[in-house]
Amino acid sequence: MSKRRLSHICFSASWLLLLLTVAGCRHEVVIYNSETEQQGTAQYDAVAGFYLLCEGNMGSNKATLDYYDFLNATYHRNIYSEINPYVAKELGDVGNDLRIYGSRMYAVINCSNKIEVLDARTCIRIGQIDVPNCRYLCFSGGYGYVTSYAGPVSLNDHYEQIGYVARFDTATLQIIDRCLVGFQPDGIAVAEGKLYVANSGGYMVPNYENTLSVIDLATFTEQYRIPVAINLNRVCADSHGQLWVSSRGDYYGHPSRLYCVDTATDVVIDSVETSVSDFWLDGDSLYLYSEPWSYLGETFAASYCIVDVRTHRVVKSNFITDGTDRIIKKPYGVSVHPLTKQIYVTDAKDYVTPGTLYCFSRQGTLLWSVRTGDIPAHVAFLWR
Amino acid sequence: MHLRLLISVCMLSFCAMSGSQSLMAQGDSVSLSFADSVARRLTLDEVTVSARRHEEPVVPVQALQGSRLQALSTQSVADAMRYFSGVQIKDYGGVGGLKTVDVRSMGSNHLGVFYDGIEIGNAQNGTVDLGKFSMENMEQVSLYNGQKSEIFQSAKDFGSAGTLYLRTRRPRFVGGKSYNVSLTMKAGTFGLANPSVLYEQRLTDNLHLSASAEFAYAHGRYHFRYRRLLPSGQVAWDTTAVRQNGDVRQWRAEVGLFGYMPEGKWHVKGYFYDSEKGIPGAIVNNVWKNAQRQWDRNAFVQGNLTKTITQGYDFLLSAKYSNDRMRYLNPDTTLMYIDNDFTQQEVYLSMAHRVILSGARSLVQEWQSSPVEWDVALSADYQYNTLAGNLANFVFPERHTVLVAAASQLYWTYVRAQASLLSTLVVDKLHQPALQQPSVIRQQPQFTPAVFVSYQPLPAEQFFVRAFYKHIFRMPTFNDLYYTDIGNISLKPEYTTQYDVGLQYDKQFAYGVVQQAGAKVDGYFNNVTNKIVAIPKGNGQYRWQMMNYGKVHILGCDANASVTFRLPAEVFLSAALSYTFQSARDLTDPHEITYGGQIAYIPWHSGSLTANLLWRGLTVNYSFIYVGERYHSSANIPVNYEQPWYTHDMSVSYEFALARAGKSHNTPRMQVAVEINNMFNQQYEVILNYPMPGINGKGIVKVMF
Repeated sequence: MSKRRLSHICFSASWLLLLLTVAGCRHEVVIYNSETEQQGTAQYDAVAGFYLLCEGNMGSNKATLDYYDFLNATYHRNIYSEINPYVAKELGDVGNDLRIYGSRMYAVINCSNKIEVLDARTCIRIGQIDVPNCRYLCFSGGYGYVTSYAGPVSLNDHYEQIGYVARFDTATLQIIDRCLVGFQPDGIAVAEGKLYVANSGGYMVPNYENTLSVIDLATFTEQYRIPVAINLNRVCADSHGQLWVSSRGDYYGHPSRLYCVDTATDVVIDSVETSVSDFWLDGDSLYLYSEPWSYLGETFAASYCIVDVRTHRVVKSNFITDGTDRIIKKPYGVSVHPLTKQIYVTDAKDYVTPGTLYCFSRQGTLLWSVRTGDIPAHVAFLWR
Repeated sequence: MHLRLLISVCMLSFCAMSGSQSLMAQGDSVSLSFADSVARRLTLDEVTVSARRHEEPVVPVQALQGSRLQALSTQSVADAMRYFSGVQIKDYGGVGGLKTVDVRSMGSNHLGVFYDGIEIGNAQNGTVDLGKFSMENMEQVSLYNGQKSEIFQSAKDFGSAGTLYLRTRRPRFVGGKSYNVSLTMKAGTFGLANPSVLYEQRLTDNLHLSASAEFAYAHGRYHFRYRRLLPSGQVAWDTTAVRQNGDVRQWRAEVGLFGYMPEGKWHVKGYFYDSEKGIPGAIVNNVWKNAQRQWDRNAFVQGNLTKTITQGYDFLLSAKYSNDRMRYLNPDTTLMYIDNDFTQQEVYLSMAHRVILSGARSLVQEWQSSPVEWDVALSADYQYNTLAGNLANFVFPERHTVLVAAASQLYWTYVRAQASLLSTLVVDKLHQPALQQPSVIRQQPQFTPAVFVSYQPLPAEQFFVRAFYKHIFRMPTFNDLYYTDIGNISLKPEYTTQYDVGLQYDKQFAYGVVQQAGAKVDGYFNNVTNKIVAIPKGNGQYRWQMMNYGKVHILGCDANASVTFRLPAEVFLSAALSYTFQSARDLTDPHEITYGGQIAYIPWHSGSLTANLLWRGLTVNYSFIYVGERYHSSANIPVNYEQPWYTHDMSVSYEFALARAGKSHNTPRMQVAVEINNMFNQQYEVILNYPMPGINGKGIVKVMF
């Protein structure tokens, strides 16, 4: 071997070593930039786009916000830290609800014990409202209402912690009042000048709650409770003076079920023979998906149906008509475009890897799908 | 061959003479690694060492022991294991933080951990927290891929994909001494105060006592820093905070009796450990401290007896009873209140027999050459586990396990081979609240083989070519099967199949600067099937279900090299390098983004470098640990990227006699040491959102008499 060749090899080897060293070293971490993908076809109407809050698994601090822009047909993944680069530890741990009210967007970040308040159009952070173990939101008359599991603890043998609803001023972002409700309150909705709160009792297994708390908005005090079914989850009010309430059941003998409450009399007037994980009301159509788990049968069987809130009947037993439902592993959210009636279903997969958002036409055929953050769940439409 | 045996015997007696203070052995002209390798070959069984021609193990071992183990800045067994190749530690940070070990990416449940010869079980979750085993009275930590190079062992020794042996100090009395006492005080950052005492007494010539006790307290607070940049390079945010709720308070006490008899020995040990610690938890937005606490109390009594009944037939009896309690409290009012209390009990009995069919000679008898050495062994174990807990709908599981292993070992000139077949029978009994009668669940009997072969092509050289195959499984744990709302009663075992091919070369030099040099390299392929993973279920609440779902292929390479230099002026310098490459691919679902991705927290490249300088009583140790880039999910996308991390640790220790007079072995001696870990104050995470400590240190004072 010639000397020159040897030196050449030595030079190459040291260069390679240097390269390896540089590649194997730590470097400063730059904040995440959003990723943009072209998806679907451009459409122009009064709805500019929608936000999707991805929950992120507990402890991962990976709650993320995605945005779909209808006009440009672009999907923007993980936009929060790029727009708000100065927020330490980004959006937070476990997103739980997302609402737009007025010009602001409110994101409930459950394990970060806060409601993140953003400008709805720009997503620039306005502030935060600290609410421990906060769950779901609704708004009325300039006030926001949020359910929380973290009320006072009764120091008895059972260690019971009552839940509450906090009222906050959307102008000042200050909590101005609290109203105690049942154990582990989840869904909340406004109808007939009253707040309806679904008490779950989810921490009290097997002693679940079975009531809706009714709070008078004017006095902000709990009036009474309506017994419905165990482990209540979501509530929403339709335009016919009815409230739709879902019960999770107990995963054993009591299956999940959908209930209807008359808001004039506050009496349960009907129930629909379907299990329900989550729902979305659009006009008179209640889109719901369910994936009833039973310890007895040890099975999942997802279904996607539409209930007509006027007739209380299932009018469509599967709103996904092209067989895409068979590839959805873990349905985790449903929403409907208020104008085009396109249907969005999210798939949370195994909770620790990125999910998928599926967009279906109103006929139920797949238009497009896109990778999201971890556990895609909550959608809020942005009007122009 | 005869000569080598003689050397070994001489070395053995030398070790015994040079006594319990391993540093002294180094001060004399014995190479550290040579002494180590002798100790390894003979496993310090002074009484019943069989004089076999081939001392080199069929199964390669990675071992740390004696002075090298002491010189590394390690607080716990988990810290020491960072120096082994093929090993990944999941470290949640801090003194009391959980530390689990994953060998060759098969998952921490596949590592069997043996404490003084008997397995430490955790029927509840299958994971042994190696962070809680102190290094204070540890004499040897050795890791085998597959199983130990020994067929005369209990059936459980055959039952894991990888096996870790922790051996505590055995009493050795030198220079006519009848007792040894050692008092140690360690203190350092995180508010660490760690006094310990060891007392050894020669009761009779054939009966020795060892007792040790240790207390450790640390407040566990340390600064950590997170920092992000804008794309322009300006600082976006830069936050320093103090890690909270990482305090730990723990007690350990052990008493052992060591008995020796003609052609036999026995050992009985009592162990007690009690701890309370805070669980520091994940650092997430708006949450900078956590309140969860955990109490552990582990107690066991164990014993074993080995005896040669007639020439060529030995038996080994082992027994253990353990009682472990764990309480977990989540008092955080922003989370679900949890106060769980679990008690596990285990009864274990084992009997092993070995028949030497050919080539057996006891050490005391005259050596006879034999071309073939052939042993067969049969061992049978019975184990009974219970778990009681205060969960709602809890089923109070009981488990009966019967293991029978048949094994054979053959040395035929330059070929060594070992084969074993393990059969496992598991029967669980549940007490479901709704049912009057307990229900019985019989798991399918399992038969799992292993074959190890080693070949020495050049008779004069310590060069070995070897290969092994092992098929083994882990049983679903009580938590996997029966944890209220999460467990899945219909789970099947999770299987691993390992294929390994390796080379090893060692050379000793009687003269010259290089005293010893050695290297080994192994390539392997592991296949994990039926992997038990948590799959989400239910209606939006965080509910999980355990399923036999995953599939992982692991292609890896472990390489180690070591060298010892004999320098002028009684200076010895030794260095060891280890490197691991692993491609651990998730092949669970071809339709997912995770397909083909590197599984969570497994780096492609990792390694360590240690250097050790000895001069009389002075030891200077430097170590560097490197873990390359990883992803925290098998979805290998940029948001899941984890940076490499690497730490430089250094320690200096000096040992000296406290008085000049007297015979050297009876003179009180003192050791003073200083350790600095993470010298360059790297701010890193091993696990997402669990910040690790920056620069930290410790001082150690030890008096021995």
